Amino acid sequence: MYEFEFEQPSSVADAVAALKAEDALALGGGQTLLATMKQRLAAPSKLVSLSGIGEMKGVSNDGGAVSIGGATTHAAVAAGAGAYPALADMAGHIGDPAVRNRGTIGGSLANNDPSADYPAAALASGATIVTNAREIAADDFFQGMFTTALDEGEIITGVRFPVPEAANYQKFLQPASRFALVGVFVAKTGDGVRVAVTGASEEGVFRWSEAEAALNGTFSAGALEGLSVDADSMIGDMHGSKAYRAHLVGVLTKRAVAAAG
Amino acid sequence: MPKDHGIGASPKRREDVRFLTGNGNYTDDINMNGQAYVHFLRSDVAHGTINSIDTAAAAAIPGVVKIFTSVDFEAVGGVPCGWEITDRHGNAMQEPKHPILAEGKVRYVGEMIAAVIAETAEIARDAAEVIEVDISDLPAVVNMKAAVVDGSPKVHDDLTSNLCYDWGFVEENRDAVDAAIKGAAHVTTLELVNNRLIANPMEPRVCIGDYDRPAGDHTLYTTSQNPHVIRLLMGAFVLGIPEHKLRVVSPDVGGGFGTKIFHYAEEAFCTFAAKACNRPVKWTSSRSEAFMSDAHGRDHVTKIELALDADNNFVAVRTDTHANMGAYLSTFAPSVPTWLHGTLMAGNYKTPLIYINVKAVFTNTVPVDAYRGAGRPEASFQLERVIDKAAHELGVDPIALRRQNFITEFPYATPVAVEYDTGDYHATMDKLEEMADFAGFDARRAESEKNGKLRGLGVNCYIEACGIAPSNLVGQLGARAGLYESATVRVNATGGLVVMTGSHSHGQGHETAFPQVIAEMIGIDESMIEIVHGDTSTVPMGMGTYGSRSLAVGGSAMVRATEKIINKAKKIAAHLMEASDADIELKDGTFSIAGTDKSVAWGDVTLAAYVPHNYPLEDIEPGLEETAFYDPANFTYPSGAYACEVEVDPDTGKVTIQRMIAADDFGNIVNPMIVDGQVHGGLAQGIGQALLEGCVYDDDGQLLSGSYMDYAMPRADDLPFYEVDHSCQTPCTHNPLGVKGCGEAGAIGSPPSVVNAVVNALRSAGKDVTHVDMPLSPNRVWEALNG
Repeated sequence: MYEFEFEQPSSVADAVAALKAEDALALGGGQTLLATMKQRLAAPSKLVSLSGIGEMKGVSNDGGAVSIGGATTHAAVAAGAGAYPALADMAGHIGDPAVRNRGTIGGSLANNDPSADYPAAALASGATIVTNAREIAADDFFQGMFTTALDEGEIITGVRFPVPEAANYQKFLQPASRFALVGVFVAKTGDGVRVAVTGASEEGVFRWSEAEAALNGTFSAGALEGLSVDADSMIGDMHGSKAYRAHLVGVLTKRAVAAAG
Repeated sequence: MPKDHGIGASPKRREDVRFLTGNGNYTDDINMNGQAYVHFLRSDVAHGTINSIDTAAAAAIPGVVKIFTSVDFEAVGGVPCGWEITDRHGNAMQEPKHPILAEGKVRYVGEMIAAVIAETAEIARDAAEVIEVDISDLPAVVNMKAAVVDGSPKVHDDLTSNLCYDWGFVEENRDAVDAAIKGAAHVTTLELVNNRLIANPMEPRVCIGDYDRPAGDHTLYTTSQNPHVIRLLMGAFVLGIPEHKLRVVSPDVGGGFGTKIFHYAEEAFCTFAAKACNRPVKWTSSRSEAFMSDAHGRDHVTKIELALDADNNFVAVRTDTHANMGAYLSTFAPSVPTWLHGTLMAGNYKTPLIYINVKAVFTNTVPVDAYRGAGRPEASFQLERVIDKAAHELGVDPIALRRQNFITEFPYATPVAVEYDTGDYHATMDKLEEMADFAGFDARRAESEKNGKLRGLGVNCYIEACGIAPSNLVGQLGARAGLYESATVRVNATGGLVVMTGSHSHGQGHETAFPQVIAEMIGIDESMIEIVHGDTSTVPMGMGTYGSRSLAVGGSAMVRATEKIINKAKKIAAHLMEASDADIELKDGTFSIAGTDKSVAWGDVTLAAYVPHNYPLEDIEPGLEETAFYDPANFTYPSGAYACEVEVDPDTGKVTIQRMIAADDFGNIVNPMIVDGQVHGGLAQGIGQALLEGCVYDDDGQLLSGSYMDYAMPRADDLPFYEVDHSCQTPCTHNPLGVKGCGEAGAIGSPPSVVNAVVNALRSAGKDVTHVDMPLSPNRVWEALNG
């Protein structure tokens, strides 16, 4: 790890100001960034920790939506998002206890790892990502592997999840890292069914529109018979071929629909 | 009623108190006054010519002490190889120089190019980053079969090819085996891969070199399984330091699994640099470095043929194996695919004709050497897989086919040069059948199928050769070392005693089990006995721990030394009681005259030895301390029968182990709890190999599985609750304890039954699957099911 300065502001405004320094980076739970810095693959001049900002922490339930502060840990979401059981359950199965007690929802979404769980939950739920500057719909937020709509220095202060009528997340573990080899989040909302897939695509999290259309007809696993995603756009690596990942998308979507009921 | 002390009891492991409370003393816990730190600049290309190394900018960084490159090592030797193989034409293997720091070329990702010594580890790393190395890339040699084709790029330009050796065994049987296979009623052929593994002990390697300038004494602290071997190899062959000026200390070591047997260049570097810089030099491997610098294991590509007669008797086995050596020969690398592998190809069966061909190949990868089981898992895996395939092809029960061909009379001389002293393969198979409830399998399969899962059952036997080894035999086979073991037993005046053993514990539990043996022999409490190991300045020359040898060889040395102690103590007791030596009996720590009520206590005798006021000084010396060296007459041959039941999710290919059952014959057992633990650990590593672990290089020689993000270690929830038994006991006939060794059994015995079980499950879905290569990842199993 190279030398860097460290700041821990107590308000969003102070954090935004601190991030104006050249090569400064925001630090959530550090589950990706600190490991990258230890490998000397990232060298920020300054880390601006968001962990001291009280207004960015906590889970609240307001009229059909669950709102989560950007600096809220996965463990806190697992414990506090009971109004949206599929989301709480997903948060409770991220990584291991150490990861869940350090990692934050804002950090995960801002990083947009192609195998992370939260992007699937946010995209399937039609969540709104709230920043210090604006509100961004999930459909506009994710822009490919490790790429988001966030501007430099922009901070995710919170995320608002409309609570769907039914939802479920199915994750098939990559055996080594235990990230999602493929993860599928299905949410049935008043505006229709949304299916978001993580872990599988070269383009990062994506919505499987064919499946959504079929499920809008009949919300049952049987409605997915014969549907498949295009294997060519899938990730192929030592843990799973393109064809295998494409196959898993179908299997897990069916399972998620069946479990969501 | 189980025993509560002595041989056969299961006292809790005394060393665990310090391990579990954070009070272990590992090499990285040692810090010396004035210590500097080294960071090694390692190659990030697999194969290339070094055009230049510019260290000027690095040397100018404040806090940098000195920077080394290969030119600083021109006067010292390379890292030696401890075993020479003679090929099937009578020629010695090709043995390239193995430099401390890369000379002229780099040959694998991770090879050390330069070393920076600095005031802190961070400064050393900063400086290493600004060393400018100009390397012209060369095509990497990764695939073994391509590597031995004419015209392949060469890993070592000064060798004739990438072939280290072409070994045939037993060469004289080659034609007879060919003929037997040609004339057989049935031949089953199987091609398979024994996957390359990375050991990943919990504690990465660490070494500290120290030099006492006034005395001219060197000390190396290192994470080794055999400090005396390191002292000999490094002192005599690399640095030219005589043993009396070189001390090697291996304190608590956090797991070895074979990968800490070998003498590594980092050890020689730190020892050398400590003198050159006149201050202690410490290196602590990062986990990332461990992946690309610890010797890897396995990595065989094999074709095996099993020939049977019309009555299903095995008549011949023929194998053709390519074994990866990596870029250089690690300490015992050449012995693993040959003598530790070929000699086990008879397995538990009376196959009369066996021929093994092994081509050892240099590639641009990390050196490959022994890993838990070392050669024997590779032998068992191919044999037990091909037998299973043969049973399927012939439509016979795989257990019955094995039983029909079992060796039943002992001693048994195999056609592959070893003689099994004892064993009872039907007994362990009987025990397995009793434990496994094979009769209930169909019902369990039906239950699984009701839940949408496939269920499979696999069995296998295994045999291993442990207690390595008779020195004269291994000398004939090319070992450049003896393989005896040593022990000194030092009895103190008040009756307590210390054993200095050449065995080395890196998790095995010697500090608990060894005292149980002496407590049983003398009849004193185990708490009076202390075990010392891991320091060449206190322990007599010993060969260390690997090959499940500690109790069978090191324990036997300790028994021999203790027998000498008891003999002398009896003489002292006889004098004290004015009796004849021959009439003295020792029981429960008391010496008595046979047939009388006259006795003296153990403590009276030990005190007399050191306060010899009333003592037969004219006949025996005062003091009570004895040393013994024990060289075994033969290997030991643990064996067993294993079963595995798996469920396979046909939708995803995910394998879940439902049951793992092991019935082992380890001969006599000193501490059943520790034996359970050894088997459990071995099973975890065997299941890890079968389902999860796989070291992967790409075609350019880049290590793709270079961290835990991609190298899958088994976790607790990947493993079942094991069912293990070691009540079948045919004691070893040639060591005083009748013990055989248990450290590697689980890792040897489990992979075939896991794979047999998965293949069995896939067949139950109507698929004619004959084999799936390890690790049986969900992707591979799904492809086998849908191929």
